[in-house]
Amino acid sequence: MTTKALTFAVGRRDAPAGSPRLRTVNGVAPPSIPMRALKGVVLLACCTVVVLPIVSVVSTSLADQRQITTAGGFVLWPDNPSLNAYRAIFAGGVVTRALTVSLGITVVGALLSLAVTAGLAYSLTRPRTFAHKPLLMMVLLTLLFSPGIIPSYLTVRQLGLLDSYWSLILPVLVNGFNVIVMRAFFMDLPQDLLDSARIDGAGEFQTLTRIVLPLSKAVLAVVGLFYAVAYWNSFFSALLYINDTAKWPLQLVLRTYVVDNAVLSADQLNLVGEAPPPQQSLQMAILVISLVPILLVYPLLQRHFAKGLLIGAVKG
Amino acid sequence: MSATVEGAGTTSRWARLRRDKFVLLLGLPGVAVILLFHYLPMLGNVIAFKDYQPFIGIRDSPWVGLENFRVIFNGDPEFLNALTNTLIISFIQVVLVFPAPIAIALLLNSLLSERIKRVVQSVLYLPHFMSWVIVVAIFQQLLGNAGLLNTWLHARGLEGLHIIGDPGLFKVLITSQVIWKDAGWGTILFLAALSRVDLALYEAAAVDGASRWRQLWHVTLPAIRGVVVLLLILKLGDVLTVGFEQIILQQGPVGTDASEVLDTYVYSNGILGGNWGVSSAVGLVKGLVGVALILAANRVAHLFGERGIYANDR
Repeated sequence: MTTKALTFAVGRRDAPAGSPRLRTVNGVAPPSIPMRALKGVVLLACCTVVVLPIVSVVSTSLADQRQITTAGGFVLWPDNPSLNAYRAIFAGGVVTRALTVSLGITVVGALLSLAVTAGLAYSLTRPRTFAHKPLLMMVLLTLLFSPGIIPSYLTVRQLGLLDSYWSLILPVLVNGFNVIVMRAFFMDLPQDLLDSARIDGAGEFQTLTRIVLPLSKAVLAVVGLFYAVAYWNSFFSALLYINDTAKWPLQLVLRTYVVDNAVLSADQLNLVGEAPPPQQSLQMAILVISLVPILLVYPLLQRHFAKGLLIGAVKG
Repeated sequence: MSATVEGAGTTSRWARLRRDKFVLLLGLPGVAVILLFHYLPMLGNVIAFKDYQPFIGIRDSPWVGLENFRVIFNGDPEFLNALTNTLIISFIQVVLVFPAPIAIALLLNSLLSERIKRVVQSVLYLPHFMSWVIVVAIFQQLLGNAGLLNTWLHARGLEGLHIIGDPGLFKVLITSQVIWKDAGWGTILFLAALSRVDLALYEAAAVDGASRWRQLWHVTLPAIRGVVVLLLILKLGDVLTVGFEQIILQQGPVGTDASEVLDTYVYSNGILGGNWGVSSAVGLVKGLVGVALILAANRVAHLFGERGIYANDR
């Protein structure tokens, strides 16, 4: 179980994020200067360790062959930045196809997951409904154990989903933890609001679409983004279920040509009468395009995840 | 809602089914997916007790009793190697990976500037959202034989370091990758717990003459004890599960002696090797042990008066 699966266990974040620490009043000394300097150095080092590799990956993807050779394969800042590597990647070959596959699976998967998760979460918000306890238990138990690699594989094969894009979506369509988070959020909505909607004559469907969903944008955003990131990053299900290289998502291409260093030929890139750019910058460019979507949604994700995931979630 | 539900206890099951049909329909697709891909596959574990042959099918494959479990009980060397590696890696991770987010959270929590805190958090959470393929690729670019570090060393006439692909360093390498990827994200829980500390406690401690270290020990640390216990329980349940994707990506150059863990053993023996029965048996035992460990650890936590994963009072 990942740490993500635990955020709900901590519960409500009581202190507003912006509240200043008051520790310096009432005679508590602020930390000494050397102590503060030490903290600064440690935190700066932590941040550098994260940022530097990402910067150099981007730089190398933009560098030309001469600089890569002189630098011995790894560039910190490109002298003559060029987009050749990216042009080669987007020329319609192996990488372009994998990128399309990944984008498709991410978008379709995340939307489907979000819809199904929201439905299930909403159906579990009322303790007196039919079969409420067993259904809730069924969801909670998925958090405790998973079916295992072999049985999952056999099920997917039995359903005839091997080498089908659905094998990358259906088995992971619903994540129990996301259901619980969303359910907690729905249950936290002011009950009076729902009651008054009903008194005004709104049916179940209208209450859901006009009141509940519009009020739940934050949690829908977080859960949707978590699903999207999971689909985008998914590597193992493709390794298990997709044998046809033409159907490979980006992560498998990344594994083969970047981690395992397989050579990408001009043919595979669909380059006609043109030498492929340096392998190193190609590899880094593939790495960059698999990072870009994450970097793009990251600010959104970050704005919402504290709100969505830490909001009073202990109602299990 | 409360008014309509008053008499729910007496309503017949059929009437409730009719009354709740809208919400039940909403939940149906999710329930179906969970049953189909989570609970149905568990039945597939019967092949652990069979000599499963794909072309005959699960139903017609002959029963073999506990034959498949012999690798476990007789201590097949390959299995033992995978088990040992798993346990060693788990142990290293509890010792080195587990405290990392706590340390960072305490550091962040002690910052006076909210803005710096937020910037650092933003940077440190980022790697969590990268896939293992990306992380492994980045590490290769940094530490590989042609990577940044070795290039820098060669340029200064120093001997290169063979890090990626060295079986002896493999466990250290994957541990540092886990820290790089998830230590920052791991702080979220601790920071949330820390943000709930009543600031008056610090003032009271200071008035009583407690130094900053004493405050850390007597005020800050007790505040995160519950979370620490909870996470340790869950870690214990995961003790037989160590970074499957991460390891399978890097197994090639290192070899299985140093890198085979239970999950990769199940994968390579079952799905690649066709030893379906044996690898299901190993997977099944691994899953059951994991659940048993979680429940046992939770019981222990209750004995010590902690809340654990679920409260005991219900």
